[in-house]
Amino acid sequence: MDKPNPSGLSPAEEPTITVNFGPQHPAAHGVLRMILDMDGEIVTRVDPHIGLLHRGTEKLMEHKTYMQSIPYLDRLDYVAPMNQEHAYCLAIERLIGLEVPKRGQYVRMLYDEIGRILNHLMNVTTQAMDCGALTPPLWGFEEREKLMVFYERASGARLHANYYRPGGVHQDLPPALLDDIHAWCGTFPKVLDDIHGLLTESRIFKQRNVDIGKVTRADAEAWGFSGVMLRSTGVAWDLRRAQPYESYSELEFKVPVGKNGDNYDRYLMRMEEMAQSVHLMKQCIEKMPKGPVVSTDNKVVPPRRGEMKTSMEALIHHFKLYTEGFRVPPGEVYAAVEAPKGEFGVYLVSDGTNKPYRVKFRAPSYVHLQAMDYMSRGHMLADVSAILGSLDIVFGEVDR
Amino acid sequence: METLEQLASRIEGARASFAAGELTLTVGAADIVPVLTSLRDDHGFKTLVDICGVDWPERAKRFDVVYHLLSLTANLRVRVKVEVGEDEPVASAVGVYPSANWFERETFDMYGVAFTDHPDMRRILTDYGFSGHPLRKDFPLTGFVELRYDDQLKRVVYQPVQLVQEFRDFDFMSPWEGAPHVLPGDEKAAMAPGVASGDAGKKA
Repeated sequence: MDKPNPSGLSPAEEPTITVNFGPQHPAAHGVLRMILDMDGEIVTRVDPHIGLLHRGTEKLMEHKTYMQSIPYLDRLDYVAPMNQEHAYCLAIERLIGLEVPKRGQYVRMLYDEIGRILNHLMNVTTQAMDCGALTPPLWGFEEREKLMVFYERASGARLHANYYRPGGVHQDLPPALLDDIHAWCGTFPKVLDDIHGLLTESRIFKQRNVDIGKVTRADAEAWGFSGVMLRSTGVAWDLRRAQPYESYSELEFKVPVGKNGDNYDRYLMRMEEMAQSVHLMKQCIEKMPKGPVVSTDNKVVPPRRGEMKTSMEALIHHFKLYTEGFRVPPGEVYAAVEAPKGEFGVYLVSDGTNKPYRVKFRAPSYVHLQAMDYMSRGHMLADVSAILGSLDIVFGEVDR
Repeated sequence: METLEQLASRIEGARASFAAGELTLTVGAADIVPVLTSLRDDHGFKTLVDICGVDWPERAKRFDVVYHLLSLTANLRVRVKVEVGEDEPVASAVGVYPSANWFERETFDMYGVAFTDHPDMRRILTDYGFSGHPLRKDFPLTGFVELRYDDQLKRVVYQPVQLVQEFRDFDFMSPWEGAPHVLPGDEKAAMAPGVASGDAGKKA
């Protein structure tokens, strides 16, 4: 039987259909506009238009002192805010040559891992939603809510924490918090199992993700992939392991590595990374040393409030640091952390004043989204949103 | 496995400098593609991490274009820097690293550095129809145009930025070591021969 051919054109003459995807689309994970060239239902070209959330963070930071600009970092990848602050603080510390006390390092690692779980819970469950599963986000977000309470109890804010400081973290943790986090670490694996039960063997989820968005190792390196995207192709590359910062070398954890480089591998790896993060959080809590959480160098770190009330010197330091801020010696540095999405880097150029001369953020999402065209070509329209979900994009850091 | 020191001596036509344990190679604008290719093929720097611009308005060659490379096998990072003037194009690195595409578009968008042989040179982060290069030091923080919804026209319109209050950029530098604050009468003290001024701010 002949196929119906309403246009009367031969396949070669059939014009390409252009589909506008977004900027308001629930599967766009924010404000992404993509121009899709389609041949029937096959994607032949993807042209992402980004910048709809561009706020000029880098420009704004050139006009703020180093400490005033930390809150901007929270607004990049707002799903795991503290991981970004961490990279920025590391860059400043390297230029100044500032040591972070042991307890400060452990608090940072603890909150980095909380950020990783926050991010992966968001990504895994919303990607499942892009593939049609509605229950995982509900279950996952309940846990995110608990983690955000831990954020709030440490920093006072559920999302935009502004908690890390050059030299450590802003304040010590309240007494019962560590016990509560430890208790949560006991209950979370059960939830993780439940999400596994919903998705891992789900026929629909597997059909939508296995062998979709495959990347090879050579392509992943050439496209600048990092984090889960790179590891899914079989490269055991984790900055916590390869270029350890803070005290990650003292903790024991496994780096999950994929085999096929497809969406499904990345899903499984994110699930396993959450389990590893719980393991790391437990170790952080058990090994948490006593002592200050922030450097005692009062030329960079403001003194404690109580001290300020009684000591003239502390008062002067407080005043100076909250008006003028501290100076950073001239120079340039690139500091990177293993953010949940990949390598988040800060390139900082200082001219010796109290404001950064130039800050450049190397956002993993930006690099991964760039490969959208390469990854989606030849896939079906419905796979575009599955791939996009698997890339783990947050527009705060793509557009900056 | 070579160290950064060995690497620095093996790249031809590059000026190497070390700071904070990081290697920076400064190369001429014409050499960038051969240097990147050599780093990728002969030294294992298969991943381009970042490209960005830096603006130094007082310099003759105003912009730095900074490339960050990473070698997964040697676990090393290297920074390659090119100094270019305002109307001087840089050869595109897209042929060496496909990921250079968006980074170069962003550098062009933010600084106006042109890249030759780039397959798709458009603005990327700024608005459709935007003019100017926002990260240049002479671009005001508040910008030139602002956007609002016009209720009569039933669409968004652009208009020149209207600041309710003049833009304030506070000088918080210390009066002892920052900008020179000359007190009335103090200028005579500096003129007296052999007298060291008590005001260190007058060193400027």
